Amino acid sequence: MVTEVEKYLTDQENKQLLRFITCGSVDDGKSTLIGRLLFESHLIFEDQLSELQSTSKKIGTQGDDIDFALLVDGLSAEMEQGITIDVAYRFFSTDKRKFIVADTPGHEQYTRNMATGASTADVAILLIDARAGLLPQTCRHSHIVDMLGVKNICLAINKMDLVDYSQDVYDKIKNDYIEFSNGLNFDNINSIPISALKGDNIIELSKNMNWYKDESLVQYLENVKYNLEKKNQQFILPIQWVNRLSHNFRGFCGQVAEGNISIGDEIIVKPSNKKSTIKNILVSDNEQNSCNVGHSVTLELNDEIDISRGDIICQKEFSCDIADQFQGKILWMDEEKMVPGRPYIFKFGVAESNGSISKLRNRININTFAEENSTTLELNEIGLVNIALDRKLSMKPYIESNSLGSFIIIDKMTNNTVGMGLVNFALFRSENIQWHEMDINKELRSKSKHQKPTVLWFTGLSGSGKSTIANILEKKLFNLGKHTMLLDGDNVRHGLNKDLGFTNADRVENIRRIANVSKLMIDAGLITIVSFIAPFKAERRLARDLMPNDFLEIFIDVPLKVAEYRDPKGLYKKARSGNIKNFTGIDSPYESPENPDIHIKSDEMNPEAAAEKIIEFLKNKNII
Amino acid sequence: MSLTHLETLEAESIHIMREVVATADNPVMLYSVGKDSAVMLHIARKAFYPNKIPFPLMHVDTTWKFKEMISFRDEIISKYGLKLIVHINKEGVKMGVGPITHGSSVHTDKMKTQGLKQALDKYQFDVAFGGARRDEEKSRAKERIFSFRTEKHQWDPKNQRPELWNIFNTKKKKGESIRVFPLSNWTELDVWQYIYKENIPIVPLYFSDKRPVVERDGVLILVDDERLPLKKDEKPILKNVRFRTLGCYPLTGAVESNAKTLPEIIQEMLVAKTSERDGRLIDFDNIASMEQKKQGGYF
Repeated sequence: MVTEVEKYLTDQENKQLLRFITCGSVDDGKSTLIGRLLFESHLIFEDQLSELQSTSKKIGTQGDDIDFALLVDGLSAEMEQGITIDVAYRFFSTDKRKFIVADTPGHEQYTRNMATGASTADVAILLIDARAGLLPQTCRHSHIVDMLGVKNICLAINKMDLVDYSQDVYDKIKNDYIEFSNGLNFDNINSIPISALKGDNIIELSKNMNWYKDESLVQYLENVKYNLEKKNQQFILPIQWVNRLSHNFRGFCGQVAEGNISIGDEIIVKPSNKKSTIKNILVSDNEQNSCNVGHSVTLELNDEIDISRGDIICQKEFSCDIADQFQGKILWMDEEKMVPGRPYIFKFGVAESNGSISKLRNRININTFAEENSTTLELNEIGLVNIALDRKLSMKPYIESNSLGSFIIIDKMTNNTVGMGLVNFALFRSENIQWHEMDINKELRSKSKHQKPTVLWFTGLSGSGKSTIANILEKKLFNLGKHTMLLDGDNVRHGLNKDLGFTNADRVENIRRIANVSKLMIDAGLITIVSFIAPFKAERRLARDLMPNDFLEIFIDVPLKVAEYRDPKGLYKKARSGNIKNFTGIDSPYESPENPDIHIKSDEMNPEAAAEKIIEFLKNKNII
Repeated sequence: MSLTHLETLEAESIHIMREVVATADNPVMLYSVGKDSAVMLHIARKAFYPNKIPFPLMHVDTTWKFKEMISFRDEIISKYGLKLIVHINKEGVKMGVGPITHGSSVHTDKMKTQGLKQALDKYQFDVAFGGARRDEEKSRAKERIFSFRTEKHQWDPKNQRPELWNIFNTKKKKGESIRVFPLSNWTELDVWQYIYKENIPIVPLYFSDKRPVVERDGVLILVDDERLPLKKDEKPILKNVRFRTLGCYPLTGAVESNAKTLPEIIQEMLVAKTSERDGRLIDFDNIASMEQKKQGGYF
């Protein structure tokens, strides 16, 4: 008896792991299909079954029959609404393979969840309701799994029991799909007529459809060839962590992203292009002669070269782009809209950089994949963009390399993952524009002026007194013999920024330009007073990040009521009556600074005292 | 050569652990002494080999764990030279909270949930590894590998970060923490197979032995010490039993079994008719109970 189990265990050890995603629109029966797969592979235990039976009666949709969908709809909120709202991962196995299923929602507003599931899938099962045929959702889901590089599609034409198991219905849908998918990049499209509810063609071929003689769904999943190991791939190991034990041991740790390598092979490190050879390989904790894609390894090299987290070790012949600008496709995943120019973090595997979306070229219609004009991307929208990073990273087009061509976008304020993206190709614009080091620099200019060049960045509502205080402050500094420049919001909008309006995107660009002009003023050795509303934290941070050691944020704080009462330019009145749109404080938000360097409550002190307070601060900090 | 499914799972878990060590300020591994913790610890030793594990282990002791769990724990810690923090909710002890006097939900909340929060706050851990798996229970199936907790240790199932490819967003604000589950994609069978293949030591309670038990509401409870009050007509009987899951002994049901070896356990599991958490009394409350506990800070 026990020896049988031991034999079983040895057999099981050699199973492969296949990850697949199920997609389809809301009523196509995804959850029912997965519940059925779990049930048929005997992975539902008696206690779960009895809970399922009682829940089915309470809130199920199948009368007194078991509602398999309830088995997979986990969170109570979904159970009440009767829809799956997140990605759920399910597990089952047969004698040949272990399966991980990403069960994802069908609604358009959950496109992001579908993309999440598709990003790790080897195969996509696309469910189609035989009564409905191809729906816009079917097309959208196909586009998304195609965009994420899934190569194997299995069309599961479901609810065949409701169309009298008709071959004609099946053939028509199958042919419609093949015609539709002409423009996509799938390697294999397979189709199977099923009934998830009744169990037809799930495990074994159904007697109800004698005309179908190919594989059942489970047979397909057991046998489908997938790209576990793509042919001719070159070795890539992104370095996660450096294991330092002593002077003698420096191990470079990571999970092999592509290809394989052996002891003695020559390698090159990107982006430094330093070369060495492999001295030793640990696969997990075992010394081995070689390692393959998927292994978590620790490599030792024969030469002492500097390698840190985010670098990649690859085989000698490997080439990739080392770029800080590229064109790509992104899917926006956050409630808050994407703003071109706003600083985000871009994480490629384990390497990351600050950067921004420098240009939204087009929005891509997720139902037709046609390109449309747009100034922003909202939740679940896809865009074709240019991205500018603050430092150069190793990258490749996604179609050539999943690991070097994929990235996530992180918001610097909320830390949320707000988007995902794929590299189309690297751009090399700044390559030809060299930064010239000048002989007379900031330090020399600052010495000759006896001051530490600093940006005094005023922020506050319209009518808070920014311009008044800034003007008095500049006069005081001038009288002290200091070299200053005052950049005022309204004045700059008359010239440099007269092409910009007051939408969020224009406000971001406005601040980006001012921040860069201020940086030039700093290089010129000046104390630069910037007086703008600058309502968004993210852009004020962008300015600070440009010159972190030369930047002071001064918050001119006044309650909105007071500013509106003062209304020196009559603007609040116009905004309230609807004559001005996007007015800060009225129909556009103002995000107060959390930790300003200087906090002036302008309703509690007069402008003269406020300017004096700032002068004192500058003296204490040895700026003047 | 393609990897087998166990090799794939092991490599993924190592990747996750290294990602935490590379980005966290002060990580800790929650070590519950059970079989999942045993697997997690085994993988951690591999992930950082030939170095030692670069973080401490922490056991939140409810004071009602099986005696054998505690002795096994101490044995493993000294065998591998690990650093262990044991945290007990002293306030709970002072109030005399226990599963028998206060019932399972008060006891679990006070000694386990609150105890864990206290410990995380006390040592300022920003990342805590846990051995939970997605196949255990419905609400776990939707939890991310990197699962964020607010400053008050709460989980918001509607506001989870998407996890794409194997790129993990490990950013957090000061005060927030992350629970990381390196065994998310393992099933119970994978865990047993791996323990068998790698010969990982586990608490003897998983194996059948003659043990004194009493039967209550159809559940076999081990009389582990004198704190379990016996009813008048109740007498502990010696039975061949083992445990499929380990926790506080008055809350953990034993199963009758003669399985004394791993292959026997696995064989029993393959024909088992009840799921693993069936032995845990805390899940019985109602349909969505685990989800509610997690929102409140249960691991």
